[in-house]
Amino acid sequence: MTTKLFGEPVRRREDARLIAGQGRYLDDLGQHALAAAFVRSPHAHARITGINVDAALEVDGLVAIYTWEDLPPGVAEPLPLLIPHPALTHGRTAYPLARDIVRHVGEPIVMVVAVDRYVAEDVCDLIEVSYEFLKPVVGVEAAVSGAHLVHEDVPDNIGAHLVQEVAAKDGRSAAEAIAAAPHTLSFRLDIERSACMPLEGKGVYARWDADDQSLRVYSSTQTSTSVRMALAAKLGIPLPKVEVIAPDVGGGFGVKIVHPWPEEVLVPWAARLLNRELKWTEDRREHFISSAHERAQVQHVKVGFDDEGRVLGLSVEILHDHGAYTPYGIIVPIITSTQLLGPYKIGAYRVEFSSVYTNTVQVTPYRGAGRPQGVFCMERTMDKIAAFLGKDRTDVRAANFIQPDEFPYDQGMIFQDGRPLIYDSGDYPESLRKLKELIGWDEFPALQEVARAEGRRIGIGIGCYVEGTGVGPYEGGHVQITSDGRVHVSTGLTSQGQGHETVFAQIAATELGVPIERVSVVTGDTRRFGYAVGTFASRAAVMSGNAIALACRKVREKALRVAADALEADPRDLEITDGMVHVVGSPSAAIPLATVAVLSNPLRYAFDEEAKRATQFAGSADMNRPPVAEGEEPGLEGKDYYSPIRSTFASGMHAAIVETDPDTAEIRILRYAVVHDCGKMINPMLVEGQIHGGVAQGVGGALYEKMAYDDHGQLLNASFMDFLMPYATEIPRIETDHLETPSPLNPLGIKGAGEAGVIPVASVIAGAIENAEGFPIDRMPISPSELHELRVRPA
Amino acid sequence: MHDITLVVNGVPREVRVPARRLLSDCLRHDLGLTGTHVGCEHGVCGACTVLLDGEPIRSCLTFAVTVSGREITTVEGLGADGPSPVQRAFAECHGLQCGFCTPGFLCTTTAFLRDNPAPTDEEVLEGISGNLCRCTGYQNIIKSVHRAAELLAEESS
Repeated sequence: MTTKLFGEPVRRREDARLIAGQGRYLDDLGQHALAAAFVRSPHAHARITGINVDAALEVDGLVAIYTWEDLPPGVAEPLPLLIPHPALTHGRTAYPLARDIVRHVGEPIVMVVAVDRYVAEDVCDLIEVSYEFLKPVVGVEAAVSGAHLVHEDVPDNIGAHLVQEVAAKDGRSAAEAIAAAPHTLSFRLDIERSACMPLEGKGVYARWDADDQSLRVYSSTQTSTSVRMALAAKLGIPLPKVEVIAPDVGGGFGVKIVHPWPEEVLVPWAARLLNRELKWTEDRREHFISSAHERAQVQHVKVGFDDEGRVLGLSVEILHDHGAYTPYGIIVPIITSTQLLGPYKIGAYRVEFSSVYTNTVQVTPYRGAGRPQGVFCMERTMDKIAAFLGKDRTDVRAANFIQPDEFPYDQGMIFQDGRPLIYDSGDYPESLRKLKELIGWDEFPALQEVARAEGRRIGIGIGCYVEGTGVGPYEGGHVQITSDGRVHVSTGLTSQGQGHETVFAQIAATELGVPIERVSVVTGDTRRFGYAVGTFASRAAVMSGNAIALACRKVREKALRVAADALEADPRDLEITDGMVHVVGSPSAAIPLATVAVLSNPLRYAFDEEAKRATQFAGSADMNRPPVAEGEEPGLEGKDYYSPIRSTFASGMHAAIVETDPDTAEIRILRYAVVHDCGKMINPMLVEGQIHGGVAQGVGGALYEKMAYDDHGQLLNASFMDFLMPYATEIPRIETDHLETPSPLNPLGIKGAGEAGVIPVASVIAGAIENAEGFPIDRMPISPSELHELRVRPA
Repeated sequence: MHDITLVVNGVPREVRVPARRLLSDCLRHDLGLTGTHVGCEHGVCGACTVLLDGEPIRSCLTFAVTVSGREITTVEGLGADGPSPVQRAFAECHGLQCGFCTPGFLCTTTAFLRDNPAPTDEEVLEGISGNLCRCTGYQNIIKSVHRAAELLAEESS
């Protein structure tokens, strides 16, 4: 039986429990806990003038009502600004419960604790909050006009302003390069808001152990280790007395990396205060109006290029809407600014963004995290250059590609991890070749002609991207082989459906030479692993995957050392196959890893038959050495960390063929093709699954999903009835092909795959619609009625 | 408060609930059957789908008191002796990622294939078009439904 499982489409180890209804999601826990519910602001911008709880106090089953004034120091302070940046000169975060002013619909004002959620919501309904209305600021252009302010002390609503500029090789600035270019274009692009929308919302469940003075918190989070540190700091509890566990999490897509959420602080605080188990489970409306959104940007673009379509200078000004608060800093517009460059060599580049406050839900990363906007900008630019020059769109892209022999390629900027934007590897011309073949790019004009003759409008679009994945600072892995031969793997980062239990087990089984059935993996549980960053930026496989591989290599080395003693062999002559350590080429001289685990832990007490072998009178010890040699530790276990010098850079290219109805303007995707390069694949089946899911979210963002705020800051479509997430009927079959360009930066040669699918979709669909209709598509998403408006508008 | 009896996965369960108790909450929190998930509580996502006398319904739009005496099948009851063919097909075809929507898809698919054992692609799309999934992009769910049809056919032959 082979134990070489890296690269195989191994079936998921998570599924047995999930298909049986035996998963443990947040709301499945704490069946006897008290329930929390929140009174949230119905207004986008208002001063709280009074809170009357008189009627609410009469409700049977009420336990407690808290407002900001009830909160102790620490808890009462604004939530942390997680990622400070020098350009974020006016960062602002919310109080866990509003203090005086509310700045978006959905901001929590009062927390109610009751015997169950029904009663807690009854109480919320009876609490009267009175308000003095302030002028709401909605939309980035209204915001920068500065007519009204979201925060009184933030002029023109500008939280951050950042300019990055990379000069051309000849030293010219972007403005100079554009001015001197043979051709120039300038235009505006708009991208609307969308959101992660995991099917499970957020949630937190806390248990205070008064005897032990310790706190256990379960949270539907993408970073349990960091929630733990935040809670210890906020609540003043010693870190070793706090444990945080991410149970099964029903999707994240970015929103659950933000922490601590107001509820994540308040629920554990109240659980301790009341000495009762307490749980809050977010409902769908709460998720719409109080979690986080993303995407909304206005971009002003100027580009200068030559007759071949080579970009000589590019200047982009971005207005980025970050909503009412900036807990996650300015990561999203930084990623847009840097990843905008894609697979291209741009002569000179200047990017300037203003990240602005509006009276809407805060903006934090959603799968892709600013990349879809950057790619939309660059790919629309490439299409416009091609249209201007009358060239094939793929030729213009090819003329600008970084070539395979130019890696590592330094883009001359600073990436989201604070490190240089240097691409590690890739083969963009080969990706393009594969994509053109997959979609039939060169044959399409003939198809289009035939369709046109039948009165049908079809169009083809293409989009290329580069995705910085596997950002640091680090992740760790711990591997322990116990005396029953089982392999226990843990890592601190969390899982939200990616299949980490499977891929990390594949890595461990391959590294250690054990059957995968003997490997179990735990993620996101601070009882098992305390140091971690979290799951975001397509980093889990790169970071924890490599850390686990390194930890396994340590364990393997020790196992060979211990086994060599027992077998009286040279460790260099040993290998591990199917859980047996044996001399290469001599399978009879073998010892099971279970026995090695026993021997690695010198015992005084035998707890079972096998353990007797390691006890002090068993006669196996060398009397000239201490039982645990210097520099060794008892047990067959190892821990290691992987901390990369900088990010890896995955890449890909998508193409789509769409059909637009000449009468109804309905937009249908006829074909969708993906070529994807995430370095070496651990499990191609799961990589494909990630791509499918990403593309589906991209299709949602291109054609259906937007957060419809009115001028008063009311979110008009805060339900699944009105926010149109795609069903199966809206998603095309996705055709995929892979390229594996290993990353030279890490031992496994892998890059991340989690976000890739979503990144170029809006630009691909825009290009295809443009090709079908013959006029520019500069605003996404686009609905049939918007397409119709474009058709009938005067030229 | 009302005393009701629900026949859940073949077992009569007696429970005392207020009139406003949702069937989804009753199953999850009164009976401890947390496999039924709640994704929107307004009947759109389909995660809470259970079978009522064999027909798929939204348990989040149903008051528990209105189904007293009726037969309810939840995801926990789909397999008699180990996972059902539908459940096995989803695992085999990577038809789930986070797994939150999965119980709804499994219940929906179970009823769908009972009524239409050999569906076309179009019919499968229609059959699962009342359930949202945010992870998979549906492609492998569609594959899973076809595979489940095969497994069911093999089992009954």
